[in-house]
Amino acid sequence: MGENMTTGSQPKSDSTDSGCAATPPAANVTHMKILIIEDDLEAAAYLTKAFREVGIVADHASDGESGLFMGSENTYDVMVIDRMLPRRDGLSVIAELRRKAIHTPVLILSALGQVDDRVTGLRAGGDDYLPKPYAFSELLARVEVLGRRKGTPDQDVLYRVGDLELDRLSHEVRRAGKEIVLQPREFRLLEYLMKNAGQVVTRTMLLENVWDYHFDPQTNVIDVHVSRLRGKIERDFNNPLLKTIRGAGYMIKDDG
Amino acid sequence: MSRFRVLFKSTAVRLSALYILLFALCAATLVFYVTSMSERLLTGQIRDAVSQEVSQVKHAYEAGGLNLLLRTMERRARQPGANLYVIASPTGQILAGNVASVQPGTFDDQGWTEIPFIYERYADTGAERQHLAIANIFTLDNGLRILIGRDLGEPERFRLLVRQALMLALAIMGVGALVIWFGIGRNALRRIDRMTDASRKIMAGDLSQRLPVGGSGDEFDRMSDSLNTMLERIEKLNEGLRQVSDNIAHDLKTPLTRLRNKAVDALDIDNEERRRSALEGIIAESDQLIRTFNALLMISRVEAGAAAAEMTTINLSAIVADTAELYEPVAEDAGLVLTAEIEPGVEIQGNRELIGQALFNLIDNAIKYAAGGSGKPDVILKLSRTPEGVTLCLADHGAGVPADKREEVVKRFFRLDESRSKPGTGLGLSLVEAVMELHGGRLQLSDTDPESSEARGLTATMIFSPAGKA
Repeated sequence: MGENMTTGSQPKSDSTDSGCAATPPAANVTHMKILIIEDDLEAAAYLTKAFREVGIVADHASDGESGLFMGSENTYDVMVIDRMLPRRDGLSVIAELRRKAIHTPVLILSALGQVDDRVTGLRAGGDDYLPKPYAFSELLARVEVLGRRKGTPDQDVLYRVGDLELDRLSHEVRRAGKEIVLQPREFRLLEYLMKNAGQVVTRTMLLENVWDYHFDPQTNVIDVHVSRLRGKIERDFNNPLLKTIRGAGYMIKDDG
Repeated sequence: MSRFRVLFKSTAVRLSALYILLFALCAATLVFYVTSMSERLLTGQIRDAVSQEVSQVKHAYEAGGLNLLLRTMERRARQPGANLYVIASPTGQILAGNVASVQPGTFDDQGWTEIPFIYERYADTGAERQHLAIANIFTLDNGLRILIGRDLGEPERFRLLVRQALMLALAIMGVGALVIWFGIGRNALRRIDRMTDASRKIMAGDLSQRLPVGGSGDEFDRMSDSLNTMLERIEKLNEGLRQVSDNIAHDLKTPLTRLRNKAVDALDIDNEERRRSALEGIIAESDQLIRTFNALLMISRVEAGAAAAEMTTINLSAIVADTAELYEPVAEDAGLVLTAEIEPGVEIQGNRELIGQALFNLIDNAIKYAAGGSGKPDVILKLSRTPEGVTLCLADHGAGVPADKREEVVKRFFRLDESRSKPGTGLGLSLVEAVMELHGGRLQLSDTDPESSEARGLTATMIFSPAGKA
């Protein structure tokens, strides 16, 4: 059922894509090259095509062994690995890659119905985890964030987007030199958005990274918090930085 | 024939055969022992009697010579059931006595005959001429041999009698065994056959079938009982599953149809802007469907049991505080005031993700159903330790849930008529209940304000029983 749902959810995401394609993030990642290890050929074909449409080159391997081979021989920015694979299961592929000192970020896809799959997956060396069924927009946003993470260890003390500044040490936020007072949680929300500036961040990703809950929030809780934050940082300015990406999530970016 | 073979193979028959064999061996040993003992006793008595007579006869001879001896012997020989008395010449020829002939060579030895000898009586006719006897033989000083003996017919008859009794007993045992074989074996087989029949029907899909219970409370009944309990549970689960899949089919058909219609409509829209918004509507609709599926999967994962979820010591106070903080602005936007009264430092064994999600669902519900109502705008979240265990209650002043519907609202896809217009999957409370069950606790629904006529409100209480802690 999970598989069907995946394919079932994809056509809709397709339209989400076309929505996204017009927005900046797609143009942003043209240089990215990823590897998809997925035994469901239909899903893999769909993913390859969908990634290509947003400018991401995607190679495909249909079983664990060939995926491990391709992952070891070529250089990728991100690998998307299904957990259940023929010939070698996903977690063992990740473990083997890590043993070979290949530290490419890995996103695990899983249709397994266990509550603690995510923990197991991350313990095995995965960097992110997405349960099936998922929307393509969610997968894309996560792949982009993972792809950017690679090679740029996050040591910036100061995040800057346009005239908005966030100091991670002093916990101060300024816009055009004017201090903005935020609640601790709002600060973390903005910090996460700015850390991934120019990239789509989904509601689920926000709930995960700001509140540390790993499920689909289902309701508008995140939107309420984002809109409060938006109120605080955009109120007196006419150049909006925090944008809502329809059908996907949010993005902070300076278009000006 | 094959049925007989099956019967023979049954445990009951094998066991009873073994027991009968052992019993027969014991019986035979006992009978052998009894006969040999009584035979020895009888022989001893005979010897005593004969010895006594021998000494009396010797005494008569010493007192009155041959004359008295003859008279004594004659008198004794006449008595009914008399012993054997023989006076023989030194060559072994019978001179007088109540015996017609004896086995040749009997007179060769003095004293007790080593083995029983054969003799004939005067009255004997036909086949029954030969009798067995033992005797004491002694020689007088004039060379005459005197034999005093006793017939062995009596102990022989006794032995025969015992042997017959033994044969009869063994025969009865054999027949009894056969009867028991058939009785127990066939009874057991018949019951097993009935069970097999019932289980075949169950395998064929009729889960309402039950294994027959005889009512005697024996081991078959006990087994049937426990299997029946299992079947009942399976049937209930199956029924639940069937109901769920029916509901899924029903509840998903509507949005799917709507989705399809929207897509068909979108095809015909020429205006780019409106077409785009139609497509976005379709996406939103699909997202709702995905949510429903995710919620369903989540519930079945939770119901799959404790093994699947990692339980750790979690700080419930912190979780509740976080959640309250997360929802406070949402409540405010809905015109409500979410207040949290949290007892600090409450820790339980549990899964943070699941409890978090359950709490999210409850608060979502409270905000959804209390917003815009006529009741007080307060939504109170309260975490406390009570004698019952750790309780986490959420009280709103919405329309509430009528008492007779409280069992149903936790069922999958069940929604009160008034709430159908609101967004939602109809799965929220089902998940809360599943999560509570996983944590060994329960979900309790009650009125917040039973006095009020239209805004009784709903208080949902998550009770973590102390046993669930550890």
